[in-house]
Amino acid sequence: MNHRFPSYTADLSRRRFVQGLALGGAAAGMGLLRPSSAWALTSPGQPTVLGGSDFTLDIADTPVNITGAARLATTVNGCVPGPVLRCKEGSVLTLRVSNRLKVPTSIHWHGIVLPYEMDGVPGISFDGIAPGETFVYRFALKQSGTYWYHSHSRFQEQRGLYGALIIDPIKPDRHAADRDYVVLLSDWSDEDPERIYATLKKQSDYYNRAMPTAPDFVRDVCEQGISKALAARKMWNVMRMNPTDFSDVSAYTYTYLMNGAAPASNWTGLFRPGEKIRLRFINGSSMSLFDVRIPGLKMTVVAADGQDVEPVSIDEFRIAVAETYDVIVEPQEDRAYTLFAQSIDRSGYARGTLAPRAGMQAAVPEVDRIVQLGMRDMMGAMAMPGSTDHDGMAGMSMGAAPAVHHARTEYGPGVDMHVDMPRTNLDDPGVGLRDNGRRVLTYADLHTVGGSIDAREPDREIELHLTGNMERYMWSFDGVKFSDAAPVHFRQGERLRIVLVNDTMMNHPIHLHGMWSELENPHGQFQVRKHTINVQPAQRITYAVTADAPGRWAYHCHMLYHMEAGMFREVVVA
Amino acid sequence: MSLRDFALTIASRSWLLSALLFAGVSTAVAQTAPASSSSTSSSSMSGMDHDSMPGMDRGTPAAPATAAKSAPTKGAQATQDMQSMDGMPGTDHASMPSTHSAPAPTAGSNTMHHASMHSDPSGDMSRTRMGPMQGGSAPANARSADYSDGIGYGPMHGMDMQDNAPQSLLLIDQLEAFHDRDANGQSWEAEAWYGNDDDKLWLRTEGERSQGRLGGGDIEALWNHTVATYWSTQLGLRQDMGQGPNRDWTAFGVQGLSPFWFELEATAYLGDSGRAAARFRAEYDVRFTQRLILQPELEVNVYGQSDPSRRIGSGLSDAQLGLRLRYEISRQFAPYVGVVWADHYGRTADLLRDAHQGAFDRQWVAGVRFWF
Repeated sequence: MNHRFPSYTADLSRRRFVQGLALGGAAAGMGLLRPSSAWALTSPGQPTVLGGSDFTLDIADTPVNITGAARLATTVNGCVPGPVLRCKEGSVLTLRVSNRLKVPTSIHWHGIVLPYEMDGVPGISFDGIAPGETFVYRFALKQSGTYWYHSHSRFQEQRGLYGALIIDPIKPDRHAADRDYVVLLSDWSDEDPERIYATLKKQSDYYNRAMPTAPDFVRDVCEQGISKALAARKMWNVMRMNPTDFSDVSAYTYTYLMNGAAPASNWTGLFRPGEKIRLRFINGSSMSLFDVRIPGLKMTVVAADGQDVEPVSIDEFRIAVAETYDVIVEPQEDRAYTLFAQSIDRSGYARGTLAPRAGMQAAVPEVDRIVQLGMRDMMGAMAMPGSTDHDGMAGMSMGAAPAVHHARTEYGPGVDMHVDMPRTNLDDPGVGLRDNGRRVLTYADLHTVGGSIDAREPDREIELHLTGNMERYMWSFDGVKFSDAAPVHFRQGERLRIVLVNDTMMNHPIHLHGMWSELENPHGQFQVRKHTINVQPAQRITYAVTADAPGRWAYHCHMLYHMEAGMFREVVVA
Repeated sequence: MSLRDFALTIASRSWLLSALLFAGVSTAVAQTAPASSSSTSSSSMSGMDHDSMPGMDRGTPAAPATAAKSAPTKGAQATQDMQSMDGMPGTDHASMPSTHSAPAPTAGSNTMHHASMHSDPSGDMSRTRMGPMQGGSAPANARSADYSDGIGYGPMHGMDMQDNAPQSLLLIDQLEAFHDRDANGQSWEAEAWYGNDDDKLWLRTEGERSQGRLGGGDIEALWNHTVATYWSTQLGLRQDMGQGPNRDWTAFGVQGLSPFWFELEATAYLGDSGRAAARFRAEYDVRFTQRLILQPELEVNVYGQSDPSRRIGSGLSDAQLGLRLRYEISRQFAPYVGVVWADHYGRTADLLRDAHQGAFDRQWVAGVRFWF
């Protein structure tokens, strides 16, 4: 089922909209900003960097113009993204966050291990920051690496309230680099995100501009014969599902940003040939997974979600919402290289440049053609050994197929499918990246340096299914929305295993606050330590958690509109 | 209409007949047993028994483990299983009968049961049982979704989430001028709703105006209750307007999305003096491009007894088939042109002929569709 479709960014007015204005600045209100610190990055046009351990952050609505239309963004210190906060492992941070909005706000420090009262989730860790008030976050940094922060209040994250949080290690960095850039990817819409959500509730395929059409079908008949083309369509049509539903919200409304710059603005990082450059990729999007590559350069992944991994050399990686990856590149030639981050639905891309001199640029690739979701994305392992998927991938050993336990609550209106035999392999880069001729990172390539933080075997398992009804735009765990659910209890001090089964055809990056998620391979052995684990369609993954952080924590899908629709739980460690 | 859609229409014709049958059965039930809505609708729906339909497998708890065991080892099994869904138009409609009293949608009794598994309590993974990929009912050994150990929420107000927030929609599906053999006129078809995922207030109206007079029309106010993934029940009132005396009805029915993406509504009506009626409506979108969409629409009306003052005869009264080709300037605004064939049958046709009107008519239409 490898149907390929042309991209739909062809017409010129759309292109201009998607790419934004060359001069449209995302960093407004520069006067509010502090001078750059000693850690200031080495090229002009960089995000503001605040260093040290004492930070004053003002949250306000700030006029921006990203697409050619003036809009208000919700900003930290007047810019989108907010300033890069650069601090040192072992220090105690004090962050005074003032709310200059008319509504409550919050900042969550994504991936940071801290006391739950400092975690910044309104209604769970604290009451939120009321208009006109200042909340002082104070916590010790016990970790290092690339992290980020964002609002946890309604849709403020979509409106620009996010930024990078970089923690330098006490010990010398394992991968010392000559240059160090944050590359924060995000999605911006001129539409009010509350309206985007309401629109999805009315017509969930509203933003999908790659719906299968009758001419597509005729073409499939010509290429594959009528019976095969009919059978393929029938499968989707019987189930009332869409093989091009990748991210719900597309470039129909989004402009994809790199460090706040639209593609036409071309964020640029400078280098001298022969230098070693560390790129800290952060996906601060609300709804967009990105496939990132730098044509002409190999990337060496050295950290995932802030945690060092055994270096692995790749051409391309998929970064799910809220994940971070640190890569090292060593350009030798005196030329520009394009940082290319296409959205998973191929409706658009974020783009920037690494260049020896400002103003240079390299060719920007076309977005890849759309590859429809395959049988394995619908039926998991059941579809894998067969010839139905043509992806040429060997299936997992069927003898090891794990049992799946659906919850009683998974048979209501909020659930549109059950995967009874999910795939468990981690070596699948995911739809659209399979067999694309490039070496693409998979979770199977990631091995945390130093192994697990807790050698204990998990005492028990909590199985949760990622569920949804795309037609009604309902999202949940086990078919139960947050507002109908009880908290999930972790016994303090226990080591437990979370089993996630994705009973949907979408990717869901699942984020547990306050504690690490230690992803396991299909045999239950430690693989990689992360704060956000992307679960592919029809996939089953497991990870171990050490419940050493007493308190109340958020646990949710990091697709913002999925979270708001109820794919969310409160975890109580007690 | 593309070849595909033509083929699919053929494939689902048997189902359409079933739905019509259902409408008829509802009418009959409604005439004889004006009971509470849920019992009436469930009894009427049970008339739609698809157990005998080909391609479906009754999933019983004792489904042989051997068949299930072999499934995962056969590469072709998946395809076969998907193809076993071919016989499916209709399977999901088994979920329609679920009424509020049912703890969960009950489609499982006759939903497609292809290879799938859940563990048996012994944990022996080789002995697995297949469940439905969509719908179905929870197996006896399904796990609980409650991991709280009795711990509740803290004193804080909880996340400010949107998962239960009411939403609203106003859809003007057809607002058009028509030209037929006798006259020009205007007609409309619209719906609006307000509510959350579970319950909505749902308004529907349709009607036409010609030669400056309201020719006929109705408005419905319904409580729309979600009962299954793609199906809702509707309970409420309908008032007919236009020529003749206005009639009031109690309405109950189902609406939802059937396999192959047909938007369906089937509603039974009870009026005073033992009047009964049923209406069935189906819509489909044939997408030529992302913006150019052909929408076939079929509406059929059935009446339990004649109402000559409104020129309605008992039995199958009229059917309309419309084809509207719209261009979505935006998703929310689309002008269209189309053609509508309207035919009247049986005693209704006789009444029209008595009034020197034709039973069959073809209209050319042009209008706009928009929503917000």
